[in-house]
Amino acid sequence: MHIVVCLKQVPNTTQVKINPETNTLVRDGVESIMNPFDENALEMALQLKEAHPGTRVTALTMGPPQAADILKEAVGRGADDVLLLCDRAVAGSDTLATSYAISCAVRSLGSPDLVLFGKQAIDGDTAQVGPGVADWLGIPCVACVRKCEIAADGKTATVERVSEDAYDVVEAPLPCALTVVKEANVPRMASLRGKMAARKLAIEPTTAAATGADPALLGLAASPTHVVRIFSPPAKTGGAKWEGLEPAEAAQKLVAELKNRKLV
Amino acid sequence: MAELNYGLSELALEIRSMMREFAQTRVKPVRAELDEKGIFPIDLLRELGKMDLMGLYIPEAYGGTFDGDSLPNIIAVEELSRVCIGVSVSFAANGLGSDPILIGGNEEQKKKYLPAIARGEKLAAYALTEPNAGSDAGSIRTTAVKKGDKYVLNGTKQWITNGGEADVYCVFAVTDKNRGARGVSCFIVEKGTPGFSFGKKENKMGIRASATRELIFEDCEVPAENLIGREGTGFIWAMKTFDVSRPGIAAQAIGLAQGALDEAVSYAKVRQQFGRPVIANQGLSWMLAEMATKIEAARALTYATVRTIDSGAKDYSKFSAMCKMYASDMAMEVTTNAVQVLGGYGYMKEYPVEKMMRDAKILQIYEGTNQIQRDIIGLALNKEYAGAAKA
Repeated sequence: MHIVVCLKQVPNTTQVKINPETNTLVRDGVESIMNPFDENALEMALQLKEAHPGTRVTALTMGPPQAADILKEAVGRGADDVLLLCDRAVAGSDTLATSYAISCAVRSLGSPDLVLFGKQAIDGDTAQVGPGVADWLGIPCVACVRKCEIAADGKTATVERVSEDAYDVVEAPLPCALTVVKEANVPRMASLRGKMAARKLAIEPTTAAATGADPALLGLAASPTHVVRIFSPPAKTGGAKWEGLEPAEAAQKLVAELKNRKLV
Repeated sequence: MAELNYGLSELALEIRSMMREFAQTRVKPVRAELDEKGIFPIDLLRELGKMDLMGLYIPEAYGGTFDGDSLPNIIAVEELSRVCIGVSVSFAANGLGSDPILIGGNEEQKKKYLPAIARGEKLAAYALTEPNAGSDAGSIRTTAVKKGDKYVLNGTKQWITNGGEADVYCVFAVTDKNRGARGVSCFIVEKGTPGFSFGKKENKMGIRASATRELIFEDCEVPAENLIGREGTGFIWAMKTFDVSRPGIAAQAIGLAQGALDEAVSYAKVRQQFGRPVIANQGLSWMLAEMATKIEAARALTYATVRTIDSGAKDYSKFSAMCKMYASDMAMEVTTNAVQVLGGYGYMKEYPVEKMMRDAKILQIYEGTNQIQRDIIGLALNKEYAGAAKA
């Protein structure tokens, strides 16, 4: 079995601040990390590899040269191969153009049985690229998966798709794409030998042209989504705060107030 | 944080950062529960095995990553100890249990046992102590009688770290009771061998995550090929093991004390009394200054001892004893003072320093009490100055 895991390098959002004048992210001095949901996707791939001997895991990312760092991290944890799609032609791509570029990169790897994504990236939060890639590839996609089992004949995947208060058990024919949620697993840490191998690895970037992508479908020009304005919402003001009340007294007062405003 | 330059290798630095992250993300969230309930950290050890960190002291030929530099292993113990020495002793006891095989074992024994230990799939334990043979290890009473191609073991071992959890035990037993310490031999005994069972798990003051149990041998037949070295060489393996393992206890002490200092300084910076942080009080900041200085002194002594051992020096028992004694006395003092710095909060289980103080005490006791360490140092001095007195 061949599994491709698509990873994204993102700023560590726990450290990011927004410049209140320009409303843009202040990225200076913020470390870049592997998108946390993608870590779960990678872990799912590695667990499937352990359960199905002979499985190969390829880690794929699209980004600037320094995105090679997350591919090295993936190798440290047990990925077998990497692909770094690094090309000015894809700069400014929205989720549609990005999905196309990644789908071409996936296709250039042959015909993988499973394409895994994190549920969403913590910077853009769109959750569109995984399903988008599946669409470009013409394969089924199950989003928000927490568990995946591959049938012994290697023809179907049985997965658990989570929603807010329940989960569905879904069977999908391979090849298919899955987007993985956080509760799927606890991502492993890289091994010492894996880190040593990763350090020696020289990652050659791949261009979009080398993956057979049509230049007309890449980059800013091929992106119908335009960001009109980014702003941080103003902090909430007003409200009332009652202090020093006994819990029972506070509850009564709250209910009375809600009734008064006809909210309950 | 400013650091002394100990000339650590790239490997040592890599392992330090891996173990630091592991300790923070995997051990810290569970250490209080492991301590409270006395849970053996088997999942953590298996994970360390998958990370290739269980074989840092085992040569590459037997599945480990040891390349002649012992500092990566020492630093791994130190970093783990910074968060929990109950976990770090369970980790380090594998080294103690494997050392007799590494030092005295033959090729077949090394090939048979070490790779699985390096992968973390099997755990090891070292079994010397008995109810009536603690510091006086030469007086052990467990016997091994040769019978055909087997040895028959009888007796009880006490307070064995990783007891019950380990798969491979290096057990010391008397093969010739007329020869005292020279009548002791060392055997590899596998868990599950008929006649080999476990007694009660001890309820301890500290290092409560670690398993400490009795081993009971009742007509336990062990293949003769499991004898390490020749008959009568056991005591040599026992003592040589301690010479190389004592810096590991020092590493535990340094890590533990560092963890306590981390807590004490962080607390002293935020705790406000009389309108200012308590660290602004000279009495308290001097305490912290002494704690930090003693930790660094112990670290320097320990790393230098490890380098001396690695250099192939023949005579290093004195230094092994020095670093074990100095670092563990230091850790007891530093953790006690950390509790003092945190005051009433430090005495409460909501804060980690009370556990650190309870944990520290064992470091002055196991792998040779600190009184025995002083004996070793005194004996060495007596010998070294034998010529000087005449001159």
